[in-house]
Amino acid sequence: MALLEVNNLCISFGGLRAVDDFHMTIEKGQLYGLIGPNGAGKTTVFNLLTGVYAPNEGRIILDGQDITGHKTIEINQDGIARTFQNIRLFSQMPVIDNVKAALENQYSYSLFDSLTHLGKFRQVEKEITERSMDLLKVFDLDRFAETLASNLPYGQQRKLEIARAMATNPKLLLLDEPAAGMNPNETAELMKTIELIRDKFGITILLIEHDMKLVGGICERLTVLNFGRVLCEGPTKEVLSNPEVIKAYLGDE
Amino acid sequence: MTDKILKAMTPKRKTAVNGKSPAMTYFVVLAAYAVLELCIKTGIMSSHLQGLLVPMVYYAIVAVGLNICVGILGELSLGHAGFMCIGAFGSAVFSLLTDGVLPDGLRFLLAFLVGVALATLFGFLIGIPVLRLNGDYLAIVTLAFGEIIKNLLNALYLGIDENGLHASLSNQMALGLSPDGKMLINGAMGVSGTPHDANFTISMVVLLIALFLAQNLVHSKHGRAIMAIRDNRIAAESIGINIVRYKMQAFTISAAIAGAAGVLFSHNISTLQASSQYFGYNVSIMILVYVVLGGIGNLRGSVIAASILYLLPELLRGLNKYRMLIYSIVLIVVMIFNWAPAAIAWRENLAAKFKAARKENV
Ligand SMILES: Nc1ncnc2c1ncn2[C@@H]1O[C@H](COP(=O)(O)OP(=O)(O)OP(=O)(O)O)[C@@H](O)[C@H]1O
Ligand SMILES: [Mg+2]
Repeated sequence: MALLEVNNLCISFGGLRAVDDFHMTIEKGQLYGLIGPNGAGKTTVFNLLTGVYAPNEGRIILDGQDITGHKTIEINQDGIARTFQNIRLFSQMPVIDNVKAALENQYSYSLFDSLTHLGKFRQVEKEITERSMDLLKVFDLDRFAETLASNLPYGQQRKLEIARAMATNPKLLLLDEPAAGMNPNETAELMKTIELIRDKFGITILLIEHDMKLVGGICERLTVLNFGRVLCEGPTKEVLSNPEVIKAYLGDE
Repeated sequence: MTDKILKAMTPKRKTAVNGKSPAMTYFVVLAAYAVLELCIKTGIMSSHLQGLLVPMVYYAIVAVGLNICVGILGELSLGHAGFMCIGAFGSAVFSLLTDGVLPDGLRFLLAFLVGVALATLFGFLIGIPVLRLNGDYLAIVTLAFGEIIKNLLNALYLGIDENGLHASLSNQMALGLSPDGKMLINGAMGVSGTPHDANFTISMVVLLIALFLAQNLVHSKHGRAIMAIRDNRIAAESIGINIVRYKMQAFTISAAIAGAAGVLFSHNISTLQASSQYFGYNVSIMILVYVVLGGIGNLRGSVIAASILYLLPELLRGLNKYRMLIYSIVLIVVMIFNWAPAAIAWRENLAAKFKAARKENV
């Protein structure tokens, strides 16, 4: 059974059909790419998958469960986590607290314990800190633990966003242009990180990316979106050599 | 828009403001208490100044409460004087009702809890509709709330006799109290005869408790969720944080602390009136000024700013003509010290040097 199955997804903004009859099937453990020219509707697909927008039509099935119409918070608990095209960190909080905040639903103690630091506070906080540090180490961010998130270098901010998403223990991770604004070195490092988390956590990843070197280098399958519709879909090599796709990117001659 | 204003007003720092060591804050408060108490005991302090101490502390307490709302949650409230007002009147009425019935200490403790509970309740009730919305609604609604509460209490007549409580919004006669009945709230004349249960020491204890709760909150799971919402609501939602629940918690706690300050207010004054001078929107804005100048999100700063800015105009009364001039200059200097990037860098440098020096000494 596929991890994610999307059928006939549609949404319009006013008169604009931003996403039309979108479909996609992602198997467990796959590294899947969603590509397409600017304004094709890629981010809108992410927003539909994560409940930011409710689709006008269509169904989203995650791991056998119909999650269509769930709210953003529920979707995270259903097992989808994401990053954003324009980085959205908790900028006035230390790096480690960005990750701790994402552990919100996995550890609990009462508001009273929070206000007094009594009861389960000490024990649970210790566990939260350990988990967060472990995660930061995976992303080589542990040396920045106490740095304010907004003071991180750009490339590290993107990594922190991924670490934060991973902290929620997702089944499916959505990355919206993770390499945007990175230099080639940072991009190469990022590719390694993405493959590492796929292998280490056995997680399924769907990513949007314009950097064809990255897409060609790590994605196993691709879906190409053009003007809100699926242009083609298949193994990376085939898709990237498809004349239709090349035309969509280069425009009509 | 509010969040943009608040963001613009939050200085760029190298480290999180809320990361300040809590122990240092308690130390500052305790040291200030010791010095002031010494001045009282040795008779150096004038009785005029002594009379300013309790108000100074309860304004510091409301400032801490408001900072939870403005600095930690990132929502603007312009009605914290209203929560203070509720705490003040609720506890004063309770004290009048139980005066002579309960032992003094117990009576004040219960009055305190009643005042805080009422402010909490109102915070909760206002939060339910408003905090569901994303936008600038809280500032507007709390502003209206503060004014409504003040005007309502100004017009309220409340009395008690053997038949129970009587209330009216028109006049004292309309209550129809029996001859041995007792007035509790006498319209614009307010509440008189509330026992003087609050003093400097008790107020300082309440301030320490408020700081303890607020600082603990900041360094906890709930505090992190609240600050995550402040920094980026959309990202907070994406990691499964329940926005409304945490906003409600922060706002209600903020209102509760303002209510506690109100209890001290009413138990330190002979006649409690719901006048604009004490509970109008201008007071709410004055408290906001304390919070902004002390540093948004900086709890220790709120206490220091509230204390200095409350005392200053009072102490300068002798200098009649220049009083407001000096006050304005101090406001500007504090503003620059707290907010100018150069000043912040200088302060952080200094702190780093101190740290380095301390390490060398060890
Ligand atoms: N909330 C919205 N309201 C109106 N129109 C929207 C909204 N969100 C997206 N759109 C429109 O939908 C279309 C697709 O936008 P989307 O952001 O999904 O593109 P994209 O493929 O992510 O592009 P890019 O590569 O530039 O990020 C655009 O024309 C955009 O203007
Ligand atoms: Mg996009």
